[in-house]
Amino acid sequence: MALTQEHIQLRLTEKFGDLVSNFDSPYGMLSFEAPKEQNLKVLQFLYDESDLNFQFLTDLTAVNYPDNLGKELAVVYHLHNLTDNIRIRFTVYTDITAPDVFTASKLFSSANWMERETYDFFGVNFVGHDNLKRILNVDEMDYFPLRKEYPLEDQTRIDKDDQMFGRG
Amino acid sequence: MTEHHQHHIKLPEGSIEKQTTTLNVGPTHPATHGVFQNIMELDGERIVSTEQTVGYIHRAFEKLAERRPLYQITTLTDRLNYCSSPINNMGWHLTCEKLLGVQTPKRVDYLRIIIMELSRISDHLICNSIMGVDTGAYTGFMYIMQYRELIYEIYEEICGSRLTTNIGRIGGFERNFTNTAFTKLEKFLKEYPVALRELENLFTRNRIFMERTIGTGPISAERALNYGFTGPNLRAAGVDYDVRVHTPYSSYEDFDFKVPVGKTGDSYDRFLVRNEEMWQSLSILNQAYQKVQEFKGAEAEVFHADVPEYYLPKKEDVYTKMEALIWHFKIVMGEVDMPKGQVYHSVEGGNGELGFYLISDGGRTPFRLHFRRPSFIYYQAYPEMVIGGMLSDAIVVMSSLNLIAGELDA
Repeated sequence: MALTQEHIQLRLTEKFGDLVSNFDSPYGMLSFEAPKEQNLKVLQFLYDESDLNFQFLTDLTAVNYPDNLGKELAVVYHLHNLTDNIRIRFTVYTDITAPDVFTASKLFSSANWMERETYDFFGVNFVGHDNLKRILNVDEMDYFPLRKEYPLEDQTRIDKDDQMFGRG
Repeated sequence: MTEHHQHHIKLPEGSIEKQTTTLNVGPTHPATHGVFQNIMELDGERIVSTEQTVGYIHRAFEKLAERRPLYQITTLTDRLNYCSSPINNMGWHLTCEKLLGVQTPKRVDYLRIIIMELSRISDHLICNSIMGVDTGAYTGFMYIMQYRELIYEIYEEICGSRLTTNIGRIGGFERNFTNTAFTKLEKFLKEYPVALRELENLFTRNRIFMERTIGTGPISAERALNYGFTGPNLRAAGVDYDVRVHTPYSSYEDFDFKVPVGKTGDSYDRFLVRNEEMWQSLSILNQAYQKVQEFKGAEAEVFHADVPEYYLPKKEDVYTKMEALIWHFKIVMGEVDMPKGQVYHSVEGGNGELGFYLISDGGRTPFRLHFRRPSFIYYQAYPEMVIGGMLSDAIVVMSSLNLIAGELDA
């Protein structure tokens, strides 16, 4: 019997009760969220259970919702069960003032750089990561550029002498 | 006669054996084909450890995308994997279409498949012939480049550009394929198999090539999956995961093709998988061309879906009609709000699963856009693949992985 979204939802609620919530299926992909303390338990459960078998981490990234007070940062995992070919999206939210989330790099080797990238751009502190340092940006950078508090430069600004770069 | 003294450097007992050398490979090196730095610790010629540095051509695409309307993002996707930019363009348009709920006509799907398979061939032929260059066979590369030129001429005929194509629109193509485009496609389909057979004969049973590639940089299926490998590199390790088969998009389900797999996941298997994929792409191209020819009458003129809110009006109309001009600006400047939602869509790029994670808050630009770049994810496994091997093998492993700096650094 092919794995269905209802079955995944049932198995998760059986195991975690009210901790897993907000089940939805936007554009056909089952998505849900859990408290950030539970992220590894949920990922491990999805990985280990033979009928769920979510052993492929497709993508890991973060999103900044500045208006979502106390839950400003969302860490999003896209998981894929390759045998039954079903994808799910799993989100945990964290406070931007204490952005500590457990690392998934012990479970998925692929999470290593994806978490470094997420740290680099959003400042999510992946607790337990072996080598959490910047990856794409320069090491000296002292801010997290993909957070919404850092807007792109105003394209109409005129105070800058930028003749060498074709704007002057 | 003076006594001759020979001076020895005083070293502690046994220190020569313990001594390792630190070597910087890259960031710019003729053998890395892109900006890749590796700080290697060598014991003689054996690699003890290596650490990759990436990000030299990071251009903040994800941040830029947050200010750009949909059509302005297509040009960013060109610059990810620039060896097969049409696939990136199509992947992006398919993502937008998924968000906007646009249905494309069958003919558009088949035309897209023609373009995507052509770019897959152009991507793989570069990778395989560059592997030849790195093992000492420059000739194959020089010959096969002519055929990439044929592919680029087809792109030119359709969209006007060659490398950073910006090809297609939401819902279809900017114009119908001309007869010249089809003639060029026919020429390519006729001539390329001969050249590919030659390239294959030059390498597959070539003693030098085999000795250099067999057993270098192997990875097991289990490790490859754990490292998030996709595409030819995963298939070379023996896992038959292909987005075109698992989650068909653009009517790939109408086509009959095989997914070649390897066994050991070494450089030689990666070469063979890419080689076989080119044959499969040729087969898909033939099928798609045949299907396109089967459309008759008005159906044979369809090259875009009917979505006036997102599909740019005809250029002649933009120059002569006020309405069309207004719509042109509205679409380019993103005056049409997108629906709210979260979409993940992926296509089988030249290197594997190229994913687009698009979050829309209902505005004119994405709230957040994330690119799942396959080579960023699998390059992590590089140390595991080369440690214990020779330095010269590490170079071959790197070219067999088909790392594209543009995709890696986004």
